[in-house]
Amino acid sequence: MDIELMINSFPKLLNATLITLKLLSVSLILGLFIGLGFAILRMNNNKLINKFAYGYSYIFRGTPLLVQIFIIYFGLGQIEYLRTTFLWLVLKEPYWCAIIAFSLNTGAYTSEILRSAFQTIKPGYLEAGRSLGIPSKIIFTKIQIPIAIKQSLPAYGNEIILMLKGTSLASTVTLMDLTGVAKYIISTTFKPVEVFIVAGGIYLFMTFIIHNVIKYLEKKYGFQT
Amino acid sequence: MELLYFGDKGWGDELFFATLMTIAVSITAMIIGFIFAALFTPLKLSNNKLLNSIGNAYTTVIRGVPELLVIYLFFFGGSGAIMFVASIFGYNDYIEINAFLTGSFSIGIISGAYSTEVFRGALQSIDKGQFEAAKVLGFNKYIYFFKIILPQMLRLAIPNLSNVWQITLKDTSLISVTGLVEIMRQSYIAAGSTRDPLFFYSFAAVLYLMLTFLSMQLLNRLETKYSKGY
Repeated sequence: MDIELMINSFPKLLNATLITLKLLSVSLILGLFIGLGFAILRMNNNKLINKFAYGYSYIFRGTPLLVQIFIIYFGLGQIEYLRTTFLWLVLKEPYWCAIIAFSLNTGAYTSEILRSAFQTIKPGYLEAGRSLGIPSKIIFTKIQIPIAIKQSLPAYGNEIILMLKGTSLASTVTLMDLTGVAKYIISTTFKPVEVFIVAGGIYLFMTFIIHNVIKYLEKKYGFQT
Repeated sequence: MELLYFGDKGWGDELFFATLMTIAVSITAMIIGFIFAALFTPLKLSNNKLLNSIGNAYTTVIRGVPELLVIYLFFFGGSGAIMFVASIFGYNDYIEINAFLTGSFSIGIISGAYSTEVFRGALQSIDKGQFEAAKVLGFNKYIYFFKIILPQMLRLAIPNLSNVWQITLKDTSLISVTGLVEIMRQSYIAAGSTRDPLFFYSFAAVLYLMLTFLSMQLLNRLETKYSKGY
């Protein structure tokens, strides 16, 4: 055990954790909007729209996240037309490519979580709202959304933790996130166990925090439905 | 399409064998995962506090740490650990473990943590009366476990195990970082030499979709088979 290396690498790894957290938070926020959008499309009665939303979530959930990042980072740059548009400013940055891939990926999972949450709402609540003459927009924001949040919290908590682990793939497109720095230290010192303990410890700490925040929220939103 | 021809001209045969490699690694990892699950599920259900915390530590650490980090640990640390063990027995030459074993082992440890949770959940949701009845009727241990508990556990576990299989299958893409030529690595090589990454990575995505789709069909059939009588 090389305790000195563990102490020395700790600040470097902690610094890299900031990038991991940035990637995680930005993609979770974008993914939540994407997921909500596709969940609404999934509940549409039009078969074509429904199929499209289903296809989106099927493709992103059926392929590894690594393939998705590689297609966006290495693949899209190949299209000559894209290079002339302003999109290229975004796509040439590995940081934004990773964010796009993560958001689309977590969006696919989130859409499934939200869809099943919306579908488990008892029709009686909506009927009660309608018969009281509440406009459908308010039914959606004041009745459907709060119940859906409550129903989807446990599954969404898992998704946040999966996404936290997913951000480690950013290191494959040259980003120096927690895993990227850990790999760099391992490959220069050849002390994998020590670095694993420190980096893994930081990840576990974050998982622990997320787990407890979700637990707290579950209690807070745990009204009877 | 020429890029996919079999033979020297295209990458069809290479990608075909890479797909077989992905399947082989996934199955090996799944089996290694079952071995880990068989070891750790009893620990998680044990009443002994020490054994219990060992079981919990395994599932918590592996499920809370990114797969890539686990793979790096075994990739960089695997041969070191084996050489250390070998040196105790007086063997001091350099030992390199093959990429297939390192890959399957690291993915297997990860999938084992998920399988452990699945088996634990399944065992806990079997009706207590079943255990008691089997004991009261005086069945021997073999019949008790293999004929009474295991079939009921499998029925409950198979739907979740098919999720574990999907996760494992997708995780194998990560061992491309160790140089094992599976779908991702082969696409990387092909993309590099033809300068057509968009095509090859999209094709890799199609291959993974095919694998997940086909395995879901098979697993659904298994699920109906084991839920007979319910």
